[in-house]
Amino acid sequence: MSADTRTARNVSLLTRIGRGGPVTVLSLVLLALLLIFGLLLGDQLFSVGALQSMAFQLPELGILSLAMMVALLSGGLNLSIIATANLCALTMAYVLTHHVPGAEGFMWGAWQVMAVLAGIAVATAIGLLNGAVIAYLGVSPILATLGTMTMCKGLSIGLTRGNVISGFPDPIVFLGNGVIGGVPVAMIIFLALCAPVAVLLNKSPFGHKIYMIGSNEKATRYSGVDTRRVTLKVYVLSSLLAVAAALVMMARFNSANASYGESYLLVTILAAVLGGVDPFGGFGKVGGLMMALILLQVISSAFNLLNFSPFLTVAIWGALIIGVTALAVLREGLGGLRR
Amino acid sequence: MTLAADQRSFMPALRRFRRSHEFWLLVVVIVFCLGLGLATDSFLTLQNLFDLLTSNAFVGILAAGLLVVLVAGGIDISFTATASVAQYVALSLALSYGLGWFAIFAIAGAVGVVCGLINAIFITKLRISSIIVSIATLNIFYGLLIFFSGGKYITSLPKYFRDGVWWFEYDDAAGVPYALNLQILVLAIVFLCTWLLLNRTNVGRQIYAMGGNKDAAQRLGFQVFRLNCLVYGYLGLIAGVASLVQAQLAQSVTPTVLVGKELDVLAAVVLGGASLAGGVGTVLGTILGVALLAILQNGLVLVGVSSYWSQLFVGLIILVAVSITAWSERRRRQSKAIN
Amino acid sequence: MANFLDLHAISKRFGGVHALRDVDMSLEAGEVHCLVGENGSGKSTLIKIIAGVQRPEPGGRIVIEGREYAHLDPVQSTARGIQVIYQDLSLFPNLTVAENIAVGRHLGGLHLVKWDAIHETAQAAMARIDVSLDPHAKVEDLSIASRQLVAICRAMAADARLVIMDEPTASLTRHEVDALLRLVADLKKKGICTLFVSHRLDEVLEVAERVTVLRDGAKVGDYSAREMDDKKLAMLMTGKAFAYETGDKDFSRGETILSVKNLTRPGHYADVSLDIHAGEIVGLTGLLGSGRTEFALSLFGMNPPVSGEIRLDGKRLALRTNRQAIDEGIAYVPEDRLTLGLVLEQPISANILITILDKLADGLGLISEATRRSVAQRGVDDLAIKAPNPDNPVKTLSGGNQQRVVLAKWMATKPRLLILDSPTVGVDIAAKDGIYEIVKNLAANGVAVLLISDEIPEVFYHADRVLIMRQGRLSGECRPHASSEAELRDAVNA
Repeated sequence: MSADTRTARNVSLLTRIGRGGPVTVLSLVLLALLLIFGLLLGDQLFSVGALQSMAFQLPELGILSLAMMVALLSGGLNLSIIATANLCALTMAYVLTHHVPGAEGFMWGAWQVMAVLAGIAVATAIGLLNGAVIAYLGVSPILATLGTMTMCKGLSIGLTRGNVISGFPDPIVFLGNGVIGGVPVAMIIFLALCAPVAVLLNKSPFGHKIYMIGSNEKATRYSGVDTRRVTLKVYVLSSLLAVAAALVMMARFNSANASYGESYLLVTILAAVLGGVDPFGGFGKVGGLMMALILLQVISSAFNLLNFSPFLTVAIWGALIIGVTALAVLREGLGGLRR
Repeated sequence: MTLAADQRSFMPALRRFRRSHEFWLLVVVIVFCLGLGLATDSFLTLQNLFDLLTSNAFVGILAAGLLVVLVAGGIDISFTATASVAQYVALSLALSYGLGWFAIFAIAGAVGVVCGLINAIFITKLRISSIIVSIATLNIFYGLLIFFSGGKYITSLPKYFRDGVWWFEYDDAAGVPYALNLQILVLAIVFLCTWLLLNRTNVGRQIYAMGGNKDAAQRLGFQVFRLNCLVYGYLGLIAGVASLVQAQLAQSVTPTVLVGKELDVLAAVVLGGASLAGGVGTVLGTILGVALLAILQNGLVLVGVSSYWSQLFVGLIILVAVSITAWSERRRRQSKAIN
Repeated sequence: MANFLDLHAISKRFGGVHALRDVDMSLEAGEVHCLVGENGSGKSTLIKIIAGVQRPEPGGRIVIEGREYAHLDPVQSTARGIQVIYQDLSLFPNLTVAENIAVGRHLGGLHLVKWDAIHETAQAAMARIDVSLDPHAKVEDLSIASRQLVAICRAMAADARLVIMDEPTASLTRHEVDALLRLVADLKKKGICTLFVSHRLDEVLEVAERVTVLRDGAKVGDYSAREMDDKKLAMLMTGKAFAYETGDKDFSRGETILSVKNLTRPGHYADVSLDIHAGEIVGLTGLLGSGRTEFALSLFGMNPPVSGEIRLDGKRLALRTNRQAIDEGIAYVPEDRLTLGLVLEQPISANILITILDKLADGLGLISEATRRSVAQRGVDDLAIKAPNPDNPVKTLSGGNQQRVVLAKWMATKPRLLILDSPTVGVDIAAKDGIYEIVKNLAANGVAVLLISDEIPEVFYHADRVLIMRQGRLSGECRPHASSEAELRDAVNA
């Protein structure tokens, strides 16, 4: 019986903050951290260089987290995003290093586009495989994507024998290292992906269906939604976002490899959940995710400036997710009393 | 498996076994073994099987621990970080204070149990989903370890530890010596203990019960928190023990080498028939799951496939296995619905 | 006879709300007693207090066989022989029958499993109530009825003196209910009390001796079961008299909306033919497992028939998906509102919009905020859903209002045929009334309605014609105004 109607005895600041949702909570945490780091580091943290380096680092994890997020929203999970990104990066790298003729001219440009299209094709194929196995065979997403993850990585290793493919044409490298008006191109790409994904999720029929499926797939199916098709599309979308991450990653390193960025895999889940995505699906917004990413990046950059080990950063990220989730649980408990 | 003591139940039990996941897995493993035995001269040799057991002991030991957590309806992927911490702490102390076998196992085990209990507390008391907790703690344990250890290797291990265990030596016709080494010994003990825990103790049956229906377990007065402490603590203990087995085999401690293997272990356990939904999974199945992946990789090398390709096949096997399981489960449910 | 259990002045407050107010109740040893009341009347709170899961407010007394308690804890309650069989049975599907029965006795503590003791306990418990199940079988492989037997055996194994059954008949077939009731009679002979908590009273009244009625947390009274019937109980539970007239309009000369001919799906139903006319409400009743839901799903495109034809407005339909059915003008309200009818966690608005999302998209393929709001608000207004904000989660609504949300999402599709599968399960009597009203209004506007229910009065009073389904075939038809409720009941149970 949830008819708890105890009056608001103890409306602490915490619960009052809590009502604003994850974005408010994270903003306050961010504010507090900025204050602490600001005191410790002074203007160093807010220098143009520091901000720009943050803007260079954030997009990789950001795009990958976006790819994880769409799968999480639908009540699933996509463990194969990194492996997909690497396989796509290698595909693109192969085309770029083997087929791009000369250093300029029409064919030079056309082959670069071809390379990206090849990456997109591979990503679509992996997305379709994931989606089909999950939606039509009924395999749990964690297992299906674990399988495709291992398979994609295996394919990457087998094809390259673990070697790096490097040396790309300038326009590609520019995507990862260029700056337009002081803003890194990678950041622009990230923002350019966030906007349509946010619109897709919040305004399109497809987005509405994803949230509904994330909460209750069966009821959604009984309402006339072809949930299998939607699930299939979710994993294709997730794969396509992974290929975007692949492009940014390979451009930044000017190389591709079977095992780049693997440590990001579980961090993307952390970032999404920190940003208010329900790990069981149905809830979460792009705005929250962006907030979480900024928070993680500020911690990482500040620790870097303080000369802390990057591994300590990872530990703090882990602690942060437990802290914030605990806060949410606590809030719910207090909220229950209040109601 | 609840094999009853009385003889009358033997035939139905056999019939039930014939329909089980483990039976089909056993068939596949036997077919693999026979195939490889016929195709190569080297597979069914004592030398190869000995090496196979020794080199896969680490994954096997961890799989047994993870099985218990999955049966209880949870998931934990922080155990590789736990193992890294336990290994480092135990062997550092051993070097500083000249500790012996018993002490290092006690220390590694205790460190593991503490890490496991931390997971259990977060999961039960804060009601955060186990996958999120364990991703976070993975990062926390690992980050702190690298921060404090500086990521340094330990190569000069104590003499007795480097020598390991070498019991019941036996020389074959060619004069090659075999013996019961630390890896095989611990592997056998851990599987035996896990089997006893799950099948022969009341707590084991409670773990199955809790995994099968958590609400009912609570209503019947099961101590869910205590059970969670037990299962996560047990996995921690196992991770601690496994870490020493791995260090002995590698003859060194490398803090960064274990993290990243957690999904491989998960794949083996799931391949062995354990369900992520809880309540399902057997020690026999887990042994077969580990064996299948080990034999597959070993066999590919023996028949001349470059080891660069082995991961691709592992991925394929996982994908095919989980698809078949999901498909047959769905068909079984459909036929039940009609009857 | 001495009383096994006496409750004196039991109250329970949750915050400012009185869930129970000074309730007295007594159970004689070996009595079969019924506890009835609407959702929120305090039944489940009372059960939880008896089971020791919740504490009553100070001042109340619980007396078990002469021993007095201010409150119980679960261990005391079990030790005094009180066993609750919850609606979901609380069994462990992955364990064996024997383990499930003996779980309370032999699975506690840290020691080796005593398989012999477990099997002995299980056999003894099964012998006590004369059932025989394979003790090695896994519970997940059993039928619902057998699972219920396992749950009862578990109560036996725990030496139950009082077995409380929460909605025990909800998912059983008539035959299985009969077996259960015989079992209860057996328990009675052994001096074991049974307390039924139920809303389907007709069956239970056959074996119960006394009925206690709760309303709004207070006891209305104790009554002898012999002088009770559905209508009197409904009166006592709601405090209102509900009188329904049977319909007597003849629609057969009107426009035919749905025409089904010889529809067959082996294993589900066979050779079903029926017509539904504009404005007509056709009832379809039959026992659980008679194939009614499977048939309805075929009309809704989710269970393709093997042969026969479905025509809507004269057009022959070959439905492969429910989307096609919806686009043709067929709507289906599933029986299981909580898992199939609604996405409870999500907003009311999203639930109303879900059936027509693709139609709401503008030229860019997006749904504007204005459209979203106005369509959702229209649904809320048209069906008079009492919700402070359409963006609140559906789970914050009462059962009756939740069912209105289901109807709203189907109204949005402008259906020609509305199929209602047990639309009032778990809905209060007063809220039921509102739902019948909505359905009748729809019919008056020319929608054809197929009302599926196993509650005889529901179809008798609210359908213009009632079809009876048995083992997948239509076995009879009844016109309520030319018949009686008893006749219909006999026809169904024949």
